[in-house]
Amino acid sequence: MSDTTATGSAHPTAKPGGVEGFVADWASDQRAFKGVPWGKAMMWIFLLSDTFIFSCFLLSYMTVRMSTTVDWPNPSEVFALSFGGDPIPLILIAIMTFILITSSGTMALAVNYGYRKNRKMTAILLVITAIFGATFVGMQAFEWSKLIADGVRPWGNPMGAPQFGATFFMITGFHGFHVSVGVLFLLIVARKVLKGEYDRGDKGFFTSRPGNYEHVEAMGLYWHFVDLVWVFIFAFFYLW
Amino acid sequence: MTDGQTQATHGDAHVEGQQHPLGVYFKIWIWLFVLSAGSYAVDYFHVEGYLRWTLILIFMMAKAGLIVAVFMHMVWERLALIYAILAPPVFVLVFVALMTSEAGYTFLTRTIFFSGAS
Repeated sequence: MSDTTATGSAHPTAKPGGVEGFVADWASDQRAFKGVPWGKAMMWIFLLSDTFIFSCFLLSYMTVRMSTTVDWPNPSEVFALSFGGDPIPLILIAIMTFILITSSGTMALAVNYGYRKNRKMTAILLVITAIFGATFVGMQAFEWSKLIADGVRPWGNPMGAPQFGATFFMITGFHGFHVSVGVLFLLIVARKVLKGEYDRGDKGFFTSRPGNYEHVEAMGLYWHFVDLVWVFIFAFFYLW
Repeated sequence: MTDGQTQATHGDAHVEGQQHPLGVYFKIWIWLFVLSAGSYAVDYFHVEGYLRWTLILIFMMAKAGLIVAVFMHMVWERLALIYAILAPPVFVLVFVALMTSEAGYTFLTRTIFFSGAS
C-alpha cells in the first residue's frame, strides 16, 4: 500500500499504511476514507448494497436449480445461435461479454483522461462506452425476443424446469436495466464534460456541491460494477 | 461527519484523483479478453464435471479480481476503504451455505412426495 501516498492525497504528513493505517483511519474520529472524495465513497457503498441485491438473485437461482426435480435446460443449447450452418453454442452471450469488457476498457480510459483534464478525449471515450452499452442492451433485447419466441415464459418453458424462465428474466432483466441506466448517465456525464461543467465546477442536479472530474470516476465505478455483475451472471447462469 | 472543513477547500480535492499510466489499463484489458475467451472455451469444448466448474470459478474470480483491483482502482486505495467494501460480501458465502442445505432438503421432500404424482 505504499503507492497510496505517492498517488493519493496532497496531505503533507505521511500516513501509516497497511493494517496500522486501517486501525488509525477508523479510530481517528474524523473522515475514515482518507483521500477518497465523498461521491466516490458513496458510490462504493451503493455498489456494496447492489452487490447484495444481485447476490440474492443468484442465490435464489442456485436454490431453485438445486431443488428442482425436473432437468434444468442446457444453457449451451438454449442460447446457441446458427449463422446459416451448425448452431454455435452461447455465441451471442460470448459476443455480449466481449462488448461489455471493451466498454469497461474505454470507461477506464475515460476516467484517466478525465483526471488529465482532457475534455475532448474524455467525452469521446464516454460516448463510445455508451454506444457499446447500448449495443449490449440491444443484443439482450434480441436474446429475450428469441427466447420468448421459443416459448420461454417466467412460469414455464418447453425445455425443462419452469424456474429457468423466472430466474433468466429476473436476473438478466435487472442487469439489463442497470446497463440501460448506465448508458443514460454516461451520456449525461459526457455532455457535462463536453460543456466544461467539471472545469468550471458547475453545480450538478443531484447536489449543490461543485462538480468536478471525480464524477467521471464515480460513473466509472458504476460501469465497471455492471461489467463485474455480468462476469458472475455469465459464469453461474450461462456456463454452469 | 466532521469533514466539512476538508471538503470545503475543494481545491485539494482535485489532487485526490487516481492517476495511473495508460499501459496498466491496456494490460488488464488484454487479460480480461484472454480470460473471457478461456471461460467461453470451457463451454465450446464441452469440458464437463468438476474440471468445468473449477475452470469457470477460476476464470470468474480472476476477471472479477482484475476489474475490482485495477479498473475500479481498489489496489491503490487505503485498507480502510478496501475492508469496508470487500469484507461484507464475503458473508454472502454463509447465505450460500444455508441455502445449499435448504435446497437439498427441498429436493429430498420433492423426490419423496412428488415422485410419480405428476
